[in-house]
Amino acid sequence: MQITLGPVLYNWPTPEWVDFYARIADEAPVERVVVGEVICSKRTPFRQDAIGDVVERLERAGKEVILATLALPTLKREISEIGETAEGDRMIEVNDMAAVYKLGGRPHIVGPFINVYNENTLKVLEQLGARTVCLPPELPGPSIGVIAAHRSTADIEVLAFGRAPLAVSARCYHARIHELSKDGCRYVCENDRDGLEVDTLDGQRFLAVNGIATMANGVTVLGSELSMLAKAGVSRIRLLPHTCDMVAVSAAYRDLLDERIDTAEFLSRIRQQPLPGAIVNGYIHGQAGGRVA
Amino acid sequence: MLDVDPQNETLARRGFLPGRLARAMAFLPLYPLEFAAFRVLENTLSQHPGMLSRLGEHASKRFAIDPVDCPFGIILEPRESTPRLSVVPSLETCSWDARIAAPLLVLLGLLDGCYDGDALFFTRDLTIEGDTAAVLALRNAIEDAEIDPGEALGMPKLAAPFVTASLRTIATQLRTALGAPEELNGKTSGAP
Amino acid sequence: MTLTSSGSSQKTMELICPAGTPSALRTAVEAGADAVYCGFRNETNARNFPGLNFDDAELREGVAYAHARGAKVLVALNTFARAGCTKVWQTAVEQAVAAKADALILADLGLIDWARKTFPDQRLHLSVQAAAATVPAIRFYVETFGIRRVVLPRVLTVDEISAIASNVACEIEVFAFGGLCVMAEGRCLLSSYATGESPNMNGVCSPASHVAYAQEGNGLVARLGGFTIDRYPSGKPVGYPTLCKGRFSCNAKVMHVFEEPTSLNTIGILPALQKAGVAALKIEGRQRGKAYLAATVRAFREALDALATERQLPLPELSGLTEGSRQTVGSYRKTWR
Repeated sequence: MQITLGPVLYNWPTPEWVDFYARIADEAPVERVVVGEVICSKRTPFRQDAIGDVVERLERAGKEVILATLALPTLKREISEIGETAEGDRMIEVNDMAAVYKLGGRPHIVGPFINVYNENTLKVLEQLGARTVCLPPELPGPSIGVIAAHRSTADIEVLAFGRAPLAVSARCYHARIHELSKDGCRYVCENDRDGLEVDTLDGQRFLAVNGIATMANGVTVLGSELSMLAKAGVSRIRLLPHTCDMVAVSAAYRDLLDERIDTAEFLSRIRQQPLPGAIVNGYIHGQAGGRVA
Repeated sequence: MLDVDPQNETLARRGFLPGRLARAMAFLPLYPLEFAAFRVLENTLSQHPGMLSRLGEHASKRFAIDPVDCPFGIILEPRESTPRLSVVPSLETCSWDARIAAPLLVLLGLLDGCYDGDALFFTRDLTIEGDTAAVLALRNAIEDAEIDPGEALGMPKLAAPFVTASLRTIATQLRTALGAPEELNGKTSGAP
Repeated sequence: MTLTSSGSSQKTMELICPAGTPSALRTAVEAGADAVYCGFRNETNARNFPGLNFDDAELREGVAYAHARGAKVLVALNTFARAGCTKVWQTAVEQAVAAKADALILADLGLIDWARKTFPDQRLHLSVQAAAATVPAIRFYVETFGIRRVVLPRVLTVDEISAIASNVACEIEVFAFGGLCVMAEGRCLLSSYATGESPNMNGVCSPASHVAYAQEGNGLVARLGGFTIDRYPSGKPVGYPTLCKGRFSCNAKVMHVFEEPTSLNTIGILPALQKAGVAALKIEGRQRGKAYLAATVRAFREALDALATERQLPLPELSGLTEGSRQTVGSYRKTWR
């Protein structure tokens, strides 16, 4: 199985973002890296000057780079930017059907924000040029198995690490919580590198706000499930960047996949990391996503 | 804002029967009431065979119907072929899957389709406890059945419409007199 | 290419009303619906609630009833087919076509593709669950599958709707009244994160089977899947514990983090929606009772009839029907941008 490092879904300050990818390029045992903004187009201008170097550095280190696109483009400018990104040499990851339309059948990656719940949908997307399909986080194991069994030209990828993105909205919750308008948001999301905690009135850790996106509070960690996924025909796992040591996290996954360590050792290495939330894995076991099976 | 019952602070008191009437009812024997209510249930289920399939798995649940302004409660079990109903002086010692509580006139209005259950719930004229899915199934089954009060009481075909009409008039007048939530039966259609 | 909006030839907007049960269907038709939408009693539609919806025979009867009175029936098959069980959704499409449904409301790419190939002449609408909110996304569905109408997500302003309507070759339907999804529909997993069941997979959001109300201390607590969604002090209006309408603790504040429990009511902006090129207005609430249905349908019928004859619009009081008794025109007039 190959490892994909998913895009940074949070608003990391550009220097931190650049340093992060420099370390990934040098040290992380991942085959593919998805780079670019998915959540909010207001975050992109800051990284505009840096992204070229980041991509180049990753590619020099032998990583395959995929360019991310927005999950919920609404403005004309946002849509035309997707078109421009698609014109380039690198494959893009689509997260909205607007991007699929813009691609006009060119090869691409389907991100987890596109609803792929069954084999027939997979077939349609393959015909439209999908080369990898990262499945939605809520899919239970049996559905993943059926979809993977029916793949022909696309690889199947499953989220294995990180806070699962649960919802997107036209509205920015970071701005709302800080009593700011979306246009005058002052980029307050930059203060929450792993998202802003949302707890219940009884103090249960529940969700995390990330701009227009709402994330799970729990951190998905698939370990013992990976061999089952591999047998089912899943050929890639996706790790979502958090502020913990992602080099250590990806190394732990690499070692587990290569059977250098067992699941217990893997979990103890993951638990040593300052994870933003409790470990969860309910979705793949057909349970509530916030549960531990 | 709504009036608040000092004894039971969760409930608004809109449409409550006068306390004196309620206290007087406490001296009535419950058996005739149970007999009549059971006949209504039997008639309703036989007139609307679709209700049970709509209830699905929830037909086997025990529903506690609590007319909060009356000195009795009703335990209802629709079941597949042998419905059960009992009228009890208090629901406190009874076991149930779901409890539906509202003033009697409001409960009757829900049965008759002149109230929206959701709206009553939002304003707390109706409270529910326990198995919310079972309550929803019961509500939806009743909604679809279009229960006719006259027919449910077992009135002959010719008499039923008259009985229904007069019962509805009486109920509406009582609701108005007792300040119950406004009925939605075409009376709030937006005409100025 | 024919566009739906063109200044002088503005057509009266169609009124699309919910029918959770056969009797609701009859109620809506009698109250003045141009069309009703409904679904089968299973996971193929996004209102898969206990005691609700139609079986095959009920749908046939419902369609016959509506057609006899000049109303249309749109069948919602707008969940995403479960892998390995796509036959269940395809059978539902077959049944709806056989029942002579005027249109099918679909969201799943695979199902849309199958329905188009199997029934080339069947009118297909794109469900709001497909979350197509932009011109290119809508064009994709129109050009690939011949979608005739798109139901827009509740995230756009009137101006944005107008810009879309004049740039796509299909009809535009928008939500006019009722519950308000604040997340992009079809792209929200909050419900399954707390309960394991979601709109996309199971046709339910914040399902009643996972709801628990409890009297605690001086008020009522509403929980969903064990997570506390809100607490209501005594005597105050309560709400259903829909996840995105809950009160949570965030940034050292207790607040409705995502949305206040309000309902959408566009009755005051119908002329603007018509001018924007909207072809159809949808009233939400297949799960709501007939009393709600009759009152809202009648109010909108009157308003639309008044609009057609350029009479003064009546502004009926509908607040008693809405959650939290509060109303909003939602994103149509954004105050938070």
